[in-house]
Amino acid sequence: MENLLEIKNLKITTLRGKNTVRLLDKVDLNVKKKCSFGVVGESGCGKSITANAILGLLPYPLRVSEGSIRYDSKDGERELLRLNKKEMRQVRGQEISMIFQEPMTSLDPIFTVEMQMFEALSFHHPHMGKAEMRERALEMLRRVNIPRPEQTLSSYAHQLSGGQLQRIMIAIALINDPRLLLADEPTTALDVTIQAQILKLMNDLKEQNDTSIIMITHDLGVIAETCEEVAVFYAGQIVEQASVVELFSHTAHPYTLGLLRAVTSLGGESRKLYTIPGIVPPGGQWSQGCRFADRCEKCMDRCRREMPGLTEAAPGHLCRCFLHSGEVEA
Amino acid sequence: MSEKSKDILLDVRHLQVYFPIRRGLMKKIVGHVHAVEDVSFSVRRKEVFALVGESGCGKSTTGSAILRLIEPTGGQVYFNGDDLSALSEEEMRLKRRDMQFIFQNPYSSLNPRMNVWKLLSEPLKVHFQLPPEELRARVENMLQLIGMTPDQLERYPHQFSGGQKQRISIARALITHPSFVVADEPVSALDVSIQAQILNLMMELQQEMELSLIFISHDLNVVRHISNSVGVMYLGSIMEMGDTEEVYRHPAHPYTQALLSAVPSHDPTHKQRHIVLEGDVPNPAAPPSGCPFHTRCGRCTGECKERKPELKEIAPNHYAACHHAGEA
Repeated sequence: MENLLEIKNLKITTLRGKNTVRLLDKVDLNVKKKCSFGVVGESGCGKSITANAILGLLPYPLRVSEGSIRYDSKDGERELLRLNKKEMRQVRGQEISMIFQEPMTSLDPIFTVEMQMFEALSFHHPHMGKAEMRERALEMLRRVNIPRPEQTLSSYAHQLSGGQLQRIMIAIALINDPRLLLADEPTTALDVTIQAQILKLMNDLKEQNDTSIIMITHDLGVIAETCEEVAVFYAGQIVEQASVVELFSHTAHPYTLGLLRAVTSLGGESRKLYTIPGIVPPGGQWSQGCRFADRCEKCMDRCRREMPGLTEAAPGHLCRCFLHSGEVEA
Repeated sequence: MSEKSKDILLDVRHLQVYFPIRRGLMKKIVGHVHAVEDVSFSVRRKEVFALVGESGCGKSTTGSAILRLIEPTGGQVYFNGDDLSALSEEEMRLKRRDMQFIFQNPYSSLNPRMNVWKLLSEPLKVHFQLPPEELRARVENMLQLIGMTPDQLERYPHQFSGGQKQRISIARALITHPSFVVADEPVSALDVSIQAQILNLMMELQQEMELSLIFISHDLNVVRHISNSVGVMYLGSIMEMGDTEEVYRHPAHPYTQALLSAVPSHDPTHKQRHIVLEGDVPNPAAPPSGCPFHTRCGRCTGECKERKPELKEIAPNHYAACHHAGEA
């Protein structure tokens, strides 16, 4: 396989009463080896469930109704959606790891850091001895710049700060040298100075270990700082995808433009901020046409009737908008 | 009264809030969390004063202590010249007609069992005796100001989106026509596109109702946009204070400099150099001696470890609490 991860035509649905409601619609995503891939969007647009689907972590009644997720593992290509529970457990942590948004709640409060690090290690290396595990755990803590690693190993979650906990989460996620790290809003709950530390750390680790990262965030600034490729999600679809430089310099989709204008007009000359009117339509209330049509300044009649496809606006730059599909004269 | 002091609506002097740490069976006090340590600032009429800082720096506690939602341990707060700390509970309750609070999380600060009508009419019923027609008129007028319609009066909070809920919280705070409002992270629970809508609404209302506002936030971009003056807090103390543009353009305190440089830029081709601070914020139950920032500061010297720097004026209306401020 050329790519590390290939998601094709992924659809996720949930049940609301007796009705099936679509949450994610025909998402295609390719993550190259040694690449940091950004997924950006507002709450409820489907970015987190995409990551959860990769590791088979969708909570009931959410389920993948269609599509494939192929992953180039250490022992050959695998279809992640076809793995049974036991096979999936071998993938988690060893091949693909995940760090979550809230470091304060993702560690177990009744076990020490040491026990939680050992658990991740011993699961994939059942024959590893205590001393070796301890050595490995200490080495990981040093790599994520934890001061006083010995003391930290015997600490409980409540004794550590948010920034330290997120470092420990990263240490646990990377302890088995996974090739893909899913980071779901890893710095959203942290302060800016701590965010800067964590982002720098993730960048350094990526360089050292050749790990690919999928960075899920709502913060375009974090994307601009850390990623090479970006996909913008809106209402369960990808609406724009390009390299970071291309996306920020030649933004095509009206939604991405709106998001960028909303944040960059902060501190600008005008006191009045640019806003996108209305709200993101929730799953189940999607129109037939373009899902952004109701909030779009450039909405045309056609946008309400048909759904625009994800087409190339420029080489390597995909955009879901009739204005950039090459069919319409502006 | 001089011209200048007449213009000042709120004057906070040496505000101090300590929380006792209790241990053991007898709940003996074994120490104090120094949440707010000797904070002084003033807010002029129609001014937006921002308190910015990272979590645990005491910015929210300062906001709550001003309205006596948390009783301060020391210091005074003068509102319109009256010392609030000398008021009885009942007198303070009456004062709150003129001083209101907007909370961070609209999901938890609105009572789920009250519909919009009840939520908005309650503050008026508490503070004024109004005939029913006038009550209705004022509620409907307020609804219009926040961009909602009277047919939504019967609905309950869960039927609204996050942005609409925050609009209702704002309406509830402003319906008594206060002259002073503390807004504690009013947009941080909202999505980017909704954040801009709420910020625009707050700025419009602030102009229209001639409000003085204390805007508490950790988001430096938002603070720069909305405020006239800013106080940067760290570990319970104000490190730097002044006109917002001046502080953002010429940050004098090493902490402010690190904080401003840590904000991710939106331009991937122009990666700015971050000043990455080492370590974490010290424990406020055992604050370091001298300057509270010295444990993480790149310019720390012997003096910083021993003596806490005072806020001093380094440029007109620009104050910094650093022994080295102004040095090249």
